Amino acid sequence: MVTSVPILMDTRPSAPSTAPAAGKPTVRPPAVGASAVASPAALNLPAATTLIDIEQVDFFYGATQALADINLKIDDRKVTAFIGPSGCGKSTLLRCLNRMNDLIEGARVSRGTIRIRGVEIYQPDVDVIELRKRVGMVFQKSNPFPKSIYENITYGLRLQGRSDKSDLDAVVEKSLRGAALWDEVKDRLDTSGLGLSGGQQQRLCIARAIAVEPEVILMDEPCSALDPVATAKVEELIQTLRENYTIVIVTHNMQQAARCSDKTAFFYMGRLIEYADTRNIFTNPANPQTEAYVSGRFG
Amino acid sequence: MNIAAGGHIFQSQPNAARRWEHATFWLFRAATYLVLGCGLSVFATIVFKGTRALVKPEAPFINTTFFTDAPETLYVFTFEGKGYAQGDREHRAFIAAHPAAARVKAESYVYSAGGIFPCIVGTFLLVVGSMAIALTLGVCAAIYLNEYARDGAFIRFVRLAILNLAGVPSIVFGLFGFGMFVIGFKVFGVQFFGWNVSLAAGWFTLAFMVLPVVITASEESLKAVPMGFRAGSLALGATKWQTIRKNVLPYALPGILTSSILGIARVAGETAPIMFTAAYVVRDKLPWDVAKVSDFFFQGVMALPYHIYVVSSKIPQNEYTERVQYGTAFVFLLVVALIAATSILLRNKLRSRYQW
Repeated sequence: MVTSVPILMDTRPSAPSTAPAAGKPTVRPPAVGASAVASPAALNLPAATTLIDIEQVDFFYGATQALADINLKIDDRKVTAFIGPSGCGKSTLLRCLNRMNDLIEGARVSRGTIRIRGVEIYQPDVDVIELRKRVGMVFQKSNPFPKSIYENITYGLRLQGRSDKSDLDAVVEKSLRGAALWDEVKDRLDTSGLGLSGGQQQRLCIARAIAVEPEVILMDEPCSALDPVATAKVEELIQTLRENYTIVIVTHNMQQAARCSDKTAFFYMGRLIEYADTRNIFTNPANPQTEAYVSGRFG
Repeated sequence: MNIAAGGHIFQSQPNAARRWEHATFWLFRAATYLVLGCGLSVFATIVFKGTRALVKPEAPFINTTFFTDAPETLYVFTFEGKGYAQGDREHRAFIAAHPAAARVKAESYVYSAGGIFPCIVGTFLLVVGSMAIALTLGVCAAIYLNEYARDGAFIRFVRLAILNLAGVPSIVFGLFGFGMFVIGFKVFGVQFFGWNVSLAAGWFTLAFMVLPVVITASEESLKAVPMGFRAGSLALGATKWQTIRKNVLPYALPGILTSSILGIARVAGETAPIMFTAAYVVRDKLPWDVAKVSDFFFQGVMALPYHIYVVSSKIPQNEYTERVQYGTAFVFLLVVALIAATSILLRNKLRSRYQW
């Protein structure tokens, strides 16, 4: 593994404790942090530090163009939601951010750049393995491995060669607490992760992702297979996670985007139609297509 | 409708459709029973005739020497008005005790006395060795085809080659093994292979024969592992090989083992591929009776299917030869069942560990 190139150097100060977030109310006005820094007039401009910078990206599956001229700056330690009707390219863009699209034959970014902390992630000298450690992912269909809960969490750590029992134990507890799952599973860590309920499975996948301490967590419709109670728990969790992680979430559910994101990007037919503070997108969209979509007239 | 004659409106009436229904139903049923009958008669014959070699009238009722002794020539003769059927060693001891018996004309039947221990050992060694080779090569190839290779003309050609390999008659594999491994070839004066009739030559010949089964089955088992496990692992920063080794292969193994059970029966049962490459008609030494370890791989062995062939192609045939023929066949079935049962147990153990 080539790690001589300091890609994606973690420049964050030591991560603040998640303890105060535990009792935090789940509903909060969107983008409190952003509006405190940025003037209301500059709401469409990046207010916080830009972590991911997407410039003029075109993307093809074989001969089919899936994304056209995407320009987007994703803020550090904010929740950014991608919304839009099916096939609009939002999942494709998400999967570009940790290069999961590399696995699909014929899929390629044909133009433009994606930078994470200033590093172009589609350069040949980028170690994809290192990138994916820094940019974790939670999938639409929860996919715990058919192993014990403990083994699920430690999977990524063992890949990195960490095998000290007390070290692993500590990470398991920290990750499960971070994913609000510890109290439910602490007595059965050696049972299969597949024995959990759907919502617990998805939180297990989130715990598994945060165990390797990424900077970014990509969530591809994480609640689309969950019931409302489980969805509420995951959304609550997202509010806690945003203290320490940059979260990009793809969702079909506009209420979900409105509830948990700071900024929202609306995609349609492979183009970014509008990107603004979530409050603006849902209350005062600039583009008529956005308005039509968020008011439920299509999609 | 025959309401006037005392029926009701749903009164069943004999008609052509109903008669056809009955006829076809019985045709299918008869076909099934016939298949069942064929299978049962095969097994019943082998078990019934085979038990005559395996059991004896006095305690402990199991003829253990049939399992533990080497084949011997059977001598049948009449001496002083009494009939005798004796194996080689017994016969010599008898002559030593009764010198007059040496002048009696005895009918002799090769390999019809004693046991088949060397054949059991030989078949066991052939199965284990060739399956080890076939599984190693086959699983590696399947991983490459299913996980790494991108579909293209070359891969299609490879798949076609595998399909064709499956269609090659086993005697052709035998001939190939004979030319390739037993005799070998020289390139610029350097000898390749040339292992003589040996375990190694038999292993590779048999392994090549079952490779298509193992590859196809392994590929299917790998395909059955959900893509989500791969994506999840890769997204955590695993390399492709780490993903396969830790998060795909363990779940595919039960399936691979299941289908290799079919391969085991095939490897154990085929006579043609080993008759030129690995099997001896008779061999006095047992396989572990070697001067140095490397000799182990380059010695021929006796094998159950070939032994059946040898004892069945002798003339004359009578109740004495039948004893060893069916006895061997019965033991052969038992050995295959035993090996298959072992791998089924192993598979179930693996399967209970990983379930999704």
